Amino acid sequence: MDLCIRGGRVIDPARNLDAEGDLLIEKGVIAGFGAGLAAGVSKSTRVLDVRGSWVVPGLIDLHTHLREPGQEYKEDIATGTRAAAAGGFTAVCAMPNTLPPNDTRAVTELILRRAATVGAVRVYPVGAISKGLKGESLAEIGELREAGCVAISDDGRPVMNAELMRRALEYARTFDLPLVQHCEDLTLSDGGSMNEGPVATRAGIKAQPAAAESSMVARDIELVALTGARYHVAHVSSAESVRLVREAKRRGLPVTCEVTPHHLSLTDQACAHYDTAAKCNPPLRGAADVDALREGLRDGTIDAIATDHAPHSSVEKDVEFEQAAFGMIGLETALPLALDLVRTGLLTPAMLVTRLSAAPAGIFRLPGGRLGEGQPADVTVIDPEAAWTCDAKSFLSRSRNSPFLGRALRGRATLTIVGGKLAFSEERYRE
Amino acid sequence: MSLFPHRHLLGTETLTAEDLTMLLDLGERFLEIAQRPIKKVPTLRGKTVINLFLEPSTRTRTSFEIAAKRLSADAINISGAASSTVKGETLLDTARNLDAMAPDVVVLRHAQAGAAEMLAGRISARVVNAGDGAHEHPTQALLDCSTIRAHKGRLAGLEVAICGDITHSRVARSNIFALTALGAHVRVAGPRTLLPPGLPEMVEGLGAPLGVHDRIEPAIEGADVIMMLRIQKERIGTGLFPNTREYSRYFGLNDRRLALAKPDAIVMHPGPINRGVEIEPSVADGPQAVILDQVSRGVAIRMAVLYLLAGGETGEN
Amino acid sequence: MVRIPPPDSNLIERREILDQAGIARALRRMAYEMIERNADSHRPLYLVGVRTGGAFLAQRLVALMSDPKESHAGPTPLLGAVDITLYRDDVFHGLPKPEIGPTELPSGIEGQTIILVDDVLYTGRTIRAAMDVLADYGRPRSVQLAALVDRGRRELPIQPDYVGIQVQTTETESVRVMLKERGEPDRVVLRERRS
Repeated sequence: MDLCIRGGRVIDPARNLDAEGDLLIEKGVIAGFGAGLAAGVSKSTRVLDVRGSWVVPGLIDLHTHLREPGQEYKEDIATGTRAAAAGGFTAVCAMPNTLPPNDTRAVTELILRRAATVGAVRVYPVGAISKGLKGESLAEIGELREAGCVAISDDGRPVMNAELMRRALEYARTFDLPLVQHCEDLTLSDGGSMNEGPVATRAGIKAQPAAAESSMVARDIELVALTGARYHVAHVSSAESVRLVREAKRRGLPVTCEVTPHHLSLTDQACAHYDTAAKCNPPLRGAADVDALREGLRDGTIDAIATDHAPHSSVEKDVEFEQAAFGMIGLETALPLALDLVRTGLLTPAMLVTRLSAAPAGIFRLPGGRLGEGQPADVTVIDPEAAWTCDAKSFLSRSRNSPFLGRALRGRATLTIVGGKLAFSEERYRE
Repeated sequence: MSLFPHRHLLGTETLTAEDLTMLLDLGERFLEIAQRPIKKVPTLRGKTVINLFLEPSTRTRTSFEIAAKRLSADAINISGAASSTVKGETLLDTARNLDAMAPDVVVLRHAQAGAAEMLAGRISARVVNAGDGAHEHPTQALLDCSTIRAHKGRLAGLEVAICGDITHSRVARSNIFALTALGAHVRVAGPRTLLPPGLPEMVEGLGAPLGVHDRIEPAIEGADVIMMLRIQKERIGTGLFPNTREYSRYFGLNDRRLALAKPDAIVMHPGPINRGVEIEPSVADGPQAVILDQVSRGVAIRMAVLYLLAGGETGEN
Repeated sequence: MVRIPPPDSNLIERREILDQAGIARALRRMAYEMIERNADSHRPLYLVGVRTGGAFLAQRLVALMSDPKESHAGPTPLLGAVDITLYRDDVFHGLPKPEIGPTELPSGIEGQTIILVDDVLYTGRTIRAAMDVLADYGRPRSVQLAALVDRGRRELPIQPDYVGIQVQTTETESVRVMLKERGEPDRVVLRERRS
């Protein structure tokens, strides 16, 4: 069905657009934009009134764990993409640490087939760097590319061996795939569950220093200089890492990076009373790191916001802190947390939309991120001031591991449109 | 003085000077009972105390057991390897099962920090933390303060040196909080590899600033109390420390170093001692050591804790 | 039955039962009675005060009984004190001040003639607890009971052997013995809960 999104504030930074008007969608593509266009649509066109809302290119999450195949009790492609749609995302990049891991075309094809059948939003698989994510030998990167992977990563784990990392970068360059690295020197982190600092000392929890992340960022940047391959730092968390990426960009190296909404809004204080929902890797860090992350996001050192949505069940989380699994869900809370950065004046609305849409699309060279005529109609409508309380019952994800449970949040997606179809709509828009 | 205003005893971090003093004063009263012909009072008759020790310990468990029995409570000991994946039953399931049998107090020792706090939120019994990983061991700190007060007459203004593996020590953390809150000046010392970051922040707002040293001589100099911590054998030979010889040579308490402290300084150790490693036998057996006093006060302090927690509702009926 | 003593601010004084002279007279008479009734005993008496009021009164009685100026003075009685806080049957019922004092029974109670001394005898539960304390220390030959004030309303079968003064009281009233050892002038007053 054709759609007319009427009366919203259309923010399309890729085309320098920020104006009120009506957006037309025909046959799944953007057909036009202008003030008063709604008046001239045919009777078969569904008109959706979005006055007071923002209308932006569909949000793209570069970093999601859908858990299928293998851990469907935590999440699967159906529930994960529904959660994504509810969070305003029209596309997610699915990380390969599934069971079995996505290191062969068979798993990639399985993911794409499932997404085509039950996926509520677009799913772009990220393939493995190494076989079995073991960090020993290269996976069939060429085939993964051909099967549909848009990037490679061993996320969850780093590629520890420098020689293998160099070869992976070289090889990925041939297939023009960006390499996404989870930066963590395992010998330095040594199983630490929290950020090394006063909070961990007080809590008596074994901790990992920020240098476990930044030392690997530093090493990898040298390898990027050596190989010239496209390199993306996953979930950057420390001030030092931001400084290193800023310097690398100044050198003209093809380095990009992302940050999660939780690293932008919480410090390690959230773990002071052993709340396993706040336990993640990289860990939440100190106030100075959070400030540096925000500044990095503002000045463009950090290109994108990505959720690192990591569902876990109570079996993994309702245990002693040091034993609990790392990670929190994030698809459905990303938008209000990101909007806080606009409310505090750190980002303009256009900057925010860029970090969540145009920039992710650019980094992985994905379609989307703009609302030009002829573009696929992936659109997110946002009510930036909608007040709601994050509660377990409202999550569409199969898991509930979020430290924001019970918090009052402001801002949410009211409509998520993928290829011209409503992937998610609020109560008032449902027919 | 009113009844103890806390439901559980999870640590000394949140105890005020008043709370700590109440516990110490009560401990003095219970010391007497060990001198009676019948070392028992009927106060906690009919109450059940479960000692859930998921990390090995004979002396602390025995101390709690004796404390409960001297108050006429029923003490039940459950030991085991740390829970969860090893046995299949999670800590919470174990605790909930016990809770279903309506104990009045669960005394928990666990290898992981935060375990006691986790239990306290989920079961209806009162929880006493008998040591959770590297986090806290409040009854040890209380008996240490009790011992110091008995020998020195006070805690305020005393210079107390805590030396050893601070990073992995719950005894150090609990003592840092308690001693500072009671007005002592605490200095910690140890090899840099065993000093965690953020130590001075631990006492912010509590009392005198915390001294931090990477050699023990400056910490011991002029000290009224020297508390030596046990170095765990597993840590030797790793990246943390080369060997015991190096440790005892540079960080052990011997007569020469002891002479740097005040002439009437007392020497303490939470036990068990590694003779010849962190403390020389001549010091451990010497006139300034009060290590056995600590043990006898341990039972009295634990009686005070059980009495206050198992004693029904806090405050007015 | 649980009896929670009302906080002091809720009580108002109704009348004075004994003044300083009255207390002194009562104690002297009780001391004479104790000596008289135990005249055939060759051993000294052992007065054990129940903390805190009873302990001070026991001390005064011992002083009276061994004062050489007194005509019937005999051998100095032994003096001890018991603290019953850990033996109460109502220790967990929200008493505002569970302060525990020391129990001091020098020279053993085995085979002794004990006189328990308390300031006010009411339900009898305090004396029951005091006897439990004694039982944990040994087996006395006999135990007698002295109370400065017997205010009646017993809940246990316990009767005093020596009484300073007897008063009838109601449930809403309370009797307070003030002693100079506790920083107050010697008086015994009847108080009532403010309605």
